[in-house]
Formats: sequence, structure tokens, C-alpha cells
Amino acid sequence: MEIVLVSLFNGLVYGMLLFMLASGLTLIFSMMGVLNFAHASIYMIGAYLAFTVSRFVGFFPALIIAPLLCALIGAAIEVWGLRRVHHNGHIAELLFTFGLVFIVQRSVQMIWGMLPMAYRVPPSLDFSLFTIYGANFPAYRGFMLLVSVGMLVATWLLLKKTRIGLVIQAALTHPQMASALGHNVPRVFTIVFAGGCLLAGLAGVIGGNYQTTEPGMAESMGPIVFVVVVFGGLGSLAGCFVASILMGLIMTFAVVINTSMLDLLRPLGITVTGDNLFTEILTVPVARIGALLPFAMMIIILSFRPRGLMGTRDT
Amino acid sequence: MTASRFWQISIWILVLALAIAAPWAFYNYHTGRQSGFVISMLSQMGMMSILALSYNMLLGQAGLFSLCHATFFGIGGYATIHFLNMASAGSLPLPMELIPLLSGLSGLGLAIVLGYIATKQRATAFAMITLGIGELMVTSALMFQHFFGGEGGVNTNRMIGRSLFGLTYAQGIQVYYLILAWTLLSALAMFFLTMTPLGRMANASRDNFERVQFVGYDPRMVRFFQFALSGLFAGIGGGLYAITYEIVTFDALAAPLSANALLMAYIGGSASFGGPILGAVLITLLQSGVSLMSNSWLVYVGVLFISMVIFAPSGIMGLVTAHGPIVRGGQLGRLAVPYIRVLVPGILMVAGFVGLVELTSFLTIGAAQGKSLVLFGNKIDVHATLPWLSAAVCLLGGGFWLRLEARSFRRVWEGLMQGLKPQRSVA
Repeated sequence: MEIVLVSLFNGLVYGMLLFMLASGLTLIFSMMGVLNFAHASIYMIGAYLAFTVSRFVGFFPALIIAPLLCALIGAAIEVWGLRRVHHNGHIAELLFTFGLVFIVQRSVQMIWGMLPMAYRVPPSLDFSLFTIYGANFPAYRGFMLLVSVGMLVATWLLLKKTRIGLVIQAALTHPQMASALGHNVPRVFTIVFAGGCLLAGLAGVIGGNYQTTEPGMAESMGPIVFVVVVFGGLGSLAGCFVASILMGLIMTFAVVINTSMLDLLRPLGITVTGDNLFTEILTVPVARIGALLPFAMMIIILSFRPRGLMGTRDT
Repeated sequence: MTASRFWQISIWILVLALAIAAPWAFYNYHTGRQSGFVISMLSQMGMMSILALSYNMLLGQAGLFSLCHATFFGIGGYATIHFLNMASAGSLPLPMELIPLLSGLSGLGLAIVLGYIATKQRATAFAMITLGIGELMVTSALMFQHFFGGEGGVNTNRMIGRSLFGLTYAQGIQVYYLILAWTLLSALAMFFLTMTPLGRMANASRDNFERVQFVGYDPRMVRFFQFALSGLFAGIGGGLYAITYEIVTFDALAAPLSANALLMAYIGGSASFGGPILGAVLITLLQSGVSLMSNSWLVYVGVLFISMVIFAPSGIMGLVTAHGPIVRGGQLGRLAVPYIRVLVPGILMVAGFVGLVELTSFLTIGAAQGKSLVLFGNKIDVHATLPWLSAAVCLLGGGFWLRLEARSFRRVWEGLMQGLKPQRSVA
């Protein structure tokens, strides 16, 4: 029971972190049709910038400054990069963001070095919020949940209650029509791209000290975020939310389950002996294939339901 | 037409002759053999050419952006290790020269299974499925000890004592010629594939897949066959990798190699058949040359790649072939002066950029490795202002100058093209 509760909380925290990254990506993806490979790189930049900024002005100003810097970087990428390759088609845009990943990866190593940064949870949030079955629940995780829920509400209000949100929604589903009605769709693209990068940067700020701020963090986060976006479905923030939480829970729960396929077969009276590839597949515990699950799920959903969980149109 | 075909064939023969002669250009008379570094670099070029060419069967010819191409390269490699071990044990009576064929068949087998799933979709969904497949395969390779050997990989001894020509393959040079032969065979096979109905339909479904359906073809089957066959050739490449290094770890099927295949095919030129070979040679040179000198070669490759995506989507080969009409019109000489005028600020800009990148890199990574930046025999203090300032001035000044010159270059280029148009229509 205690494992279930602790994993539930951790999964929720991880899922909300994923959602912060994935919501920006899903907005960009649904609108421009570009799966931004560099999205996780922006997340990494956010974490590194937050580290540097917080050394001068403290954590809480950095919480605002670093995401804004990320938004600026995002706007620059859209205006000077993506817009230029747009007329060459989606593959060219995909390739462009793919190239960015290398540059960001190496630039971060060049600027901040190869070693992990000492980016820590601020002392004012470094205490235990409550204990469940003797396990501490750090206040910082509560803060992460708070920030991500706040961001969720803010994004929802922006999209549903403001005029620019209305235009974004229109451009999300019917870009040509929105353009025909006289809206400056390229500018909306820039705003959405910058906004997506802002969210990624924010995720970096609060995720950087939850996980570790090191040059490999984009590489480890990137594929999972893609899975979430594709799984949740194109053009659907709700699907993205469900998929993020689901992935967060699956990945935290898979780590603690120690059964294998053989354990399920045992009640049927099936046992295997010997040491070959077949027995190896049967005896691998779920904890070890946890990393495989998201990708397997993505492949299955893409081949049978290309629009994802709640998507409005095919990927 | 026949004249241009003649030139094409002679260029191919020239490249082949160069590849055959290259190891002897670095023959060391003191030790009585070729330079080991050169041999391994040339071998690497050979297998990377196969990888890039087979990747281009998807990217360039079928318009499919795959992110798991290294999977088939890797599986070919792993399978070959096991084949070689079986051959040494005597349970596989096959000469060394034919082992890569088996590697290719293992690549084909896996590509048939995975391609059945992946080719259900196209465009972005296809890219995402292949991303998932690639990650799945890497995780499996680390998990299942029996076939993949976990993190340590699997190894073998390539001297199986069975050869069609009585060779032992103890020396790198013999392996190099084996690689060259298989590269030539695979390249020829892939070239002839582009002329078959399958190759033509792959092009058609890249350009307009709806029209392909109207004509009565199933674009999915076209994708599937193209995917499976590219897996075959990637497997051959992986087999040669296993034979060369005698060890295969999960690096051989991991994402960086897939990305490398993409970079080679795209930078070389995915629109032409020979482009990926050029890209493979170039990237391998960069990898083994520049990475020795600089920590930040990935930045250069990334910037080169992005510049290609923005300014030259048809790759280096595309840039070269764009000169075709001008060469045929005998007007190439008139481009010499504009080229020099573009080249000077271009070099200035590149020098400034490289300077900034290297200064930054020596500030952190270089300092951690205890190295210092040396230029023309002078040690450069990376904390001084002067080098940073001069590099920035080079970059910005060169950039602005280049923009001006590029404008006048474009005018000359378009003028030449305009002048050639009537001639071409007469001919």
C-alpha cells in the first residue's frame, strides 16, 4: 500500500513535469505540423539558465527570468530558422530542428562544461511537507505540482478566455481559414513557438533541480516527450494531459513491479529451465522493461490509431 | 546526353580507382605496410557509404524520414559476430567473402518484421514509429544478454580459415578490399534498384502519394519494399563493421548512428544517387580528422547541416549539379571572380565562428582536460579580450560582407542562367 501511494505521488509529479514539456510541444506540433526535436533541448537550456541566473538573483526571480529567455530563444529560432525552411516542406522543418539538437547539446557542454551542475532545490523549499507510511514527501515536489497546475490553469484561461487564445485555437484546427480571415498566422506561429519554449523553459527550471542538470538531460527527456505528444493526439491539450499523467504513472510504477512473464505463467503450471534467449525474455522483470513500455505503447497506438488518444486529426 | 553519361561513368571509375589506390598512397617503406590509421578510416568510409546509400533509399528516394536505420546496421553486425563464431566452430561452412550476404539477410529479415508496422504510416507518423523502434531496439540490446551481450557487446575472431581466394584476413588491407568489393556490389545493386519500377514508384509516392493510389499502386507496399530492401543493404554494412572491428556493442544500433546516416545522406545530397557517398566520405573525414583537433566537431557538423537545410536542401551534390548548364554553356570562367569575392568574406566569417567556438570550448572542456589553445605555435590566453574581440569582429564583419557579396553573386548567377536559357531550348 505504501509503495502504491508513494509511487502515485511521484508519478503525478513526473507526469505534470512531462505535461509542462508536452503541452508546449503539442501546441507547436498541432499548429505548425512541426515536431520540434529541439523541444527537450530548450528544456535543458531552461535548467542551465535557471542555474546561472539563480546564482546571481536567487531561485524565485530565476523562475521567471529563465523561461522568458527561453521564449526569446524560441522566437529567434522560429523567425530566423523555421520560417526560412517552411516552404521546403515538413521534412525540412523536422530536419532543421533535428540539427538544432546537436548544436544545443554541444553548445551547452561548451559553455557550462561536461559535469553536472550544482543546481539544488532552494533552501526555503527544502523541507518535508508530510510523511506517508514513514516516507517523506519533499515540499519541493508539492511546489512542482503547484507550479504545473498553475501553468495548466493559466494556459487554459489564455486559450479559452482571451482573444489571442481564440485566434490560436482557430489556427490550431484551421490554419488556412484563420489566415483567410485576416489573422497574421505567421505571427501567431511565432507566438505559439515562443510560448511553447517558455513552457519548456519553465519545466527546465523546476525539473533541473528535481532531476540533475547535466548535458544528457535533453537526450533522456526528448523521446519520452514525443511519446506523450503522439500518444495524446494531435490538437488536443486534454489528450496530452491524460497521456502525460498516464506515462508518469506507468514509468514510476513499472520501476517497483518485480514480476516477470514467467510469474504470470506459473499458476498455470508452466515452468522453464535452461539458459537461452527464450527463457531470458520470459524471466525479465517488469522493472527492467519499464523504459521500453512508452515506446511500445507509442508504436502500437500509431499503427492502429494514428490520431492518438484524443486527437482530432491524423499525425 | 551521351556525353554527360560518358562523364558520369568516368567519374565513377575514377572514384573506384582512387579507392583501390588510396591505401598505397600511404605506404610506409620503413615498416613495409600501409598506415593503419588510413586503412581503418578508408574501411569506415566504405561501410558508412553503404549505410548512407541505403538510408537514402528511404530519405531521398521514397521521402521517408527514418530514425531507426542503425537498427538494421546493428542487427547485421550482431548477427555477423554470431555467424563468424559459428564458422570458427565449424558449424557454418561458408567462406568469409559470403558472410556479409548473411548479414544482409538478417537485416532484411528484421526490416520485414519491423517494416510491416512502420510502413503502415508515412511522413511524421512514420518518423515517430521508427523513433520508437530505434529506442526499443537499443533498450533490448542492453537487456538481452544472449544475443546482444549486454553493455560489453559480443566479439569474435575474423580469421575463420575459409576463403574463396585463400586469404586469411589477418591484415587490415585485405579486409579493406573485401569492404570495397561489397561496397561496390551494394552500390551497383542500389543504383539498379533506382531504375526498376519499384525505384520509380518510390519516387512517385514521395512526390505525390495520392496520385500513386489513383494510378493503382498501393503506396504502403512501395514503402514496405523500399524499407525492407534498405534494411538488407544496411545489414551488409553492419556485417562489414563486425568483420572490421571484431566486436559489436549497442553503439552499432543506437540513435547517434541513425543520426549520422541522416547527416551523411543529407549533407552529401539526397537528391542524387552519389551524394550519400560524398557525404559519407566527408563526414568520416571530419569525424576522424577534426575530432582529433577539436572538442566541438559536433557543433560544426550541426551548423553545416542546418545551413544545408536552409540554403542548399539538395546537398553538396545538388550544388555541384546546379553548375551543369553553366559548364555545358562554357561559361564557368565567368563565375571565377564572383566566387573569389564570395569566398573571401566566407572564409573570414567561418574563421570568426570557429574562433568563437574554440575559445568557448577551451574555456570549459579544454580547461577540464588541461589543454590550452595553440594557434600557429602561439599559446592563446582564452581569458584575454583580444582573441574574443577579433573573432567576433571576423564573424560579424564577414557575415555582413558576405550578405552584400552574395547579393551580387546571385545577380551574376541569374544573369548567366538567363543567358543560357535560349541556347538550351534550341538544343
